[in-house]
Amino acid sequence: MLDIMKYFTLKEMKKSLVISIWFMILTFPIMVIKVNTIENTVVWRWASLLGMGIGSFIMATLWRYLLERKNMKSPLSTKKTLQMRVVEWANENPKVKPIALIAVSIFVLSFPFFSGLYQTSIMTTALMYVVLGLGLNIVVGLGGLLHLGYAAFYAVGAYTYALLNYHFGLSFWICLPIGAGLATIMGILLAIPVLRLRGDYLAIVTLGFGEVIRIVLENWNQFSFGPSGIAQIPRPGFFGMSMNLQTATTYIYFIMIAMVIFTIFVVRRLENSRIGRTWVAMREDEIASESMGIDITKSKITTFALGAFWAGMVGVVFAAKTTFINPASFTLWESVMILCVVVIGGMGSIVGVVVGAMILILMPEYLRAFSEYRMLIFGAMLVIMMVFRPGGIISNIRKKYKFEPAQAAKNADKEGVR
Amino acid sequence: MAPILETKNLTMQFGGLTAVDNINFNVNSGEIVALIGPNGAGKTTFFNCVTGVYTPSSGDVLISTDGKAQQRINGLKPNKVTEKGLARTFQNIRLFQNMTVLENVMIGRHTKLKSGLFGAIFHPKSTLEEEEKVIQDSYDILVEVGLEKFVNELAKNLPYGAQRRLEIARAMATEPALLLLDEPAAGMNPHETKELDEMILKIRNTNDISILLIEHDMSLVMSISEKIFVVDYGKLIAKGTPDEIKNNPEVIKAYLGDVSDA
Amino acid sequence: MDLQYFFELFVGGLTKGSIYALIALGYTMVYGIIKLINFAHGEIYMIGAFTALIIASALSFTGMNPVLIFLISTILAIIFSASYGVTMEKIAYKPLRGSQRLSGLISAIGMSMFLQNYVLLAQTSDFLPFPNLIPEFKFLEPVKSLISPSGFIILVTTAIVMILLTYLIKFTKTGKAMRATSQDPKMSQLLGINISKVITMTFIIGSSTAALGGVLISTHIGQLNFYIGFITGIKAFVAAVLGGIGSIPGAVLGSFVLAWTESFGTGYISSDYEDVFAFLFLIIILIFRPSGILGRPENKKV
Repeated sequence: MLDIMKYFTLKEMKKSLVISIWFMILTFPIMVIKVNTIENTVVWRWASLLGMGIGSFIMATLWRYLLERKNMKSPLSTKKTLQMRVVEWANENPKVKPIALIAVSIFVLSFPFFSGLYQTSIMTTALMYVVLGLGLNIVVGLGGLLHLGYAAFYAVGAYTYALLNYHFGLSFWICLPIGAGLATIMGILLAIPVLRLRGDYLAIVTLGFGEVIRIVLENWNQFSFGPSGIAQIPRPGFFGMSMNLQTATTYIYFIMIAMVIFTIFVVRRLENSRIGRTWVAMREDEIASESMGIDITKSKITTFALGAFWAGMVGVVFAAKTTFINPASFTLWESVMILCVVVIGGMGSIVGVVVGAMILILMPEYLRAFSEYRMLIFGAMLVIMMVFRPGGIISNIRKKYKFEPAQAAKNADKEGVR
Repeated sequence: MAPILETKNLTMQFGGLTAVDNINFNVNSGEIVALIGPNGAGKTTFFNCVTGVYTPSSGDVLISTDGKAQQRINGLKPNKVTEKGLARTFQNIRLFQNMTVLENVMIGRHTKLKSGLFGAIFHPKSTLEEEEKVIQDSYDILVEVGLEKFVNELAKNLPYGAQRRLEIARAMATEPALLLLDEPAAGMNPHETKELDEMILKIRNTNDISILLIEHDMSLVMSISEKIFVVDYGKLIAKGTPDEIKNNPEVIKAYLGDVSDA
Repeated sequence: MDLQYFFELFVGGLTKGSIYALIALGYTMVYGIIKLINFAHGEIYMIGAFTALIIASALSFTGMNPVLIFLISTILAIIFSASYGVTMEKIAYKPLRGSQRLSGLISAIGMSMFLQNYVLLAQTSDFLPFPNLIPEFKFLEPVKSLISPSGFIILVTTAIVMILLTYLIKFTKTGKAMRATSQDPKMSQLLGINISKVITMTFIIGSSTAALGGVLISTHIGQLNFYIGFITGIKAFVAAVLGGIGSIPGAVLGSFVLAWTESFGTGYISSDYEDVFAFLFLIIILIFRPSGILGRPENKKV
């Protein structure tokens, strides 16, 4: 084990000092000088220089320590990770799983009743990101296609509900499948022109697609009511019952819970199906997949379509939850945020996405105490996360199949291949 | 009976470079055929033309599987070629690194399965049975190539020789009529090569298929192939039995000659 | 057709294209060498502009000669931006070398958020006026309606930078090392090229030109805030991709093509859809040329 004390020797401290001086110079104009362009005066903030010096000294020491620790771990080390140990422990104690499941269920079901309106609303948002993340995970995590315009599908769902309701008075429950369906169609429409593109080209085109959708929504006033958006979208109904805000929020919370369960159920099944395997194979190696008889075109279209499906569905819920939508909710940052949910949580892993959504959505909410700093911290977190744990919080573990050797051998004999 | 694979005047040009030049070539049913030649002679390009990775500039690629009439497969996409009964391995191993060994083989079974989205989500009986069968079949294939102990291991964690064998297993899973192996022994030690030698023969004998291999390892080529084609600078310069090739002066000059010079 | 209007749009596109080109260079060079979309590159441009603004304003209160102030603040902005670029690479990208492409992208996105908010918090979210430092040029009098002095400076500077850069890439040792590294990093390393040094150089050059672009556009427009890097950065990136990412002439060509598309699109069709023209054009080009206008098609190595 690496000793952190090593970093307090004179030599190492000198290094940290050099780094901190570098940062003091680097940040000097922006941190120290502040010009007042109205009164034409300059404010010198020497205190921030001192703060920067001390802060970067500590950070430099810590950073080097952590980096070296990370590099010491060989990638092939057989040492079990915490995650592996937890999984193993759960497998060895069959009682753990049902107990955990019950505990989680009780917590989830009772949450809105002990936490209050605000908390429930935030939790609902987090749940929405779980579904969005799982949807995007199909495209990025399983299919390996970098998609930066996912928020567009989300917008399609939201606008579907808002507009259909505004013009034709269609209800939430009717719009839910329509929104998901339209988003799926959009997914296919996007997939067709980008089939030939790879990697980063795909990323920029999907980004462009997302921006085009947003800008059209912003400017096509007759259709989408422009930047002012659409207000007074009704919340979901329950057999015509009228609900106060409290009940309605709880109700949407439970709709989202149901949706999360539904999504996890479907995505899990897809992942380990014949279709899902082709996605992963496509991610791993397109040429080899084609040589195994996989139709890459079809695979790409299904990933885009199925990814979009969930975004459309959540979009409808989003419109119903906030009762007001405008294009500002569907910017590139929204797409990036959803991508971060997938990557931070752990690409390709369902549990990872759930954890990622919870952290990314709940953390900024609870960091409101430092509300000014939260985006700063958030950005720094992304970098730190990628540097020290690029695989995400929860890494994806492929499904394992059990075989009884004797039985297998017998079968093999029977078919005469042995 | 028509040869299982035949090329007529097959030519592939990249800009001004002719990588494959007018090659006439055939593999008959049940044969093990080797394609040899110095580095850069156009062997892999030939493979890529046959398997649909490249569309040949001119000439024909004809196949005849299951005793059916010959059909031209130029310009078909690789997945269609695989469906028609040609399966290949790659010179630089191209496994699905982050999938398990079993899953790699299961991917090979893809064209033999039917279940779609509906099946995946609703798990009707047919899908469940199909899944159960594909798992068992894939396992059996792993047993055949001696990889069953790695069944749930990620492909990237396998030793090198095992990765090569897994590539063959994966190709075998598509139930090909013709198996194309691109330098299967590359990077193997003599012991591993000998095992591979036995495995290729066993595969051919038990599954009744034809095998076309590109190989540098002369001992492997000479010991298992029944017919050898030699290419140099994209042109076919000789063909014949291993003994004929060994004594062919053209070949010695173009290929083996290089070795003795060095 | 009104010819005067046409030329106004044309020159407008030319000025804008120059700025895009200065930024797109950084994207394309970094991509060429380490295959990373440096999402935070737009922030470097913003920091360059901001640094220049702070220094220029502070100096202008002292009553110094405007041209001198312009030169000093530009040079300092370039030095600081280059330092930010290099520091950013050491922190956010270097430790990720050899890992998945996506990790680098996310790290870059995080860096972008961080830098934006860093400037926002340390300075302000308001638009600040950039002091007017460019003198009137007498010889521009006849074409005054077409091009402003600052526009003229932009064109001239960009042309000079392009020539210098071409010389640097084509004829110097550093340039050769850069080209070799972008072709095959492993082989270059075996031949004794210090990859880390090449990467540092790339970030220095890319950040410097971006900072220059930032200073120039801020003097041209006359104001800036912490958010300018974002959309301009994306546009420059689009330009780089349009031209064929990794190709330097491609980035320049892509920038002008993009700027003209926007300029004529907004001038003749509708000004609301400026960004739509840019992106639609990109999508259409990529459908027909998946590797951009001058990009080399990706080899299918089997």
